Amino acid sequence: MIRTAIVTRAIDSATLLAEVTTDGTGATTLFLGTVRDVNEGRPVTGIEYSAYSAMASDELDRIAHEAVGRFDGLHLAIEHRIGMLGLQEISVAIAAAHARRTPALDASRFVIEELKRRVPIWKCEHYVDGTRQWIDPTATHGAPPVAAT
Amino acid sequence: MPQLQILLFASYADAFGSGSVTVSVPEPATVADVVGALRSLPGGSVLPARPLVAVDRRYTPGAVAVHPGQEIAVIPPVAGG
Repeated sequence: MIRTAIVTRAIDSATLLAEVTTDGTGATTLFLGTVRDVNEGRPVTGIEYSAYSAMASDELDRIAHEAVGRFDGLHLAIEHRIGMLGLQEISVAIAAAHARRTPALDASRFVIEELKRRVPIWKCEHYVDGTRQWIDPTATHGAPPVAAT
Repeated sequence: MPQLQILLFASYADAFGSGSVTVSVPEPATVADVVGALRSLPGGSVLPARPLVAVDRRYTPGAVAVHPGQEIAVIPPVAGG
């Protein structure tokens, strides 16, 4: 099975695990991305995720199908949340289940790496000092922070 | 010259002051022509040398032709996860 979604509600990882687990899946991995309190030395209060939602949904679905193509027999459920998230909240969840552990582990890694490389989602970090900044993974130095609105 | 509506997001939307802009390009136009037209607008200096562009929700190289009615978006560096 494959299910992918861009969501605006809290992610329930137990739901994803239940979706991918069957009598035949002997190994299940769950990857969770969560909001942490510091980035590059700056205290963070939260992250605002935004997306080109239509394309993000399509691209996430393409990645999931590529993963199943690589790892035959894979069961996969992926959700990425958008909106304002506080510390420790789950931004992305990837549940991957397979008869064997190696495909389950490798598929999870494949999906998160491709997601970070391809899916049009952006994050704007909000800091304790009231500023905010779009995160650019391709930049060696971020743009100057701007006042939060 | 045909006019094309271009979708903008995140840092690019901030730089251009809008989530979409309209550009005029000669026909036939390519993705690279669209990027060139965007550079001439206020905020256009934010664009890197080769920004990502999606046409009809797929990443598309600069040499590909674009047409009115297609969904064209210029994509800032993605940062999901």
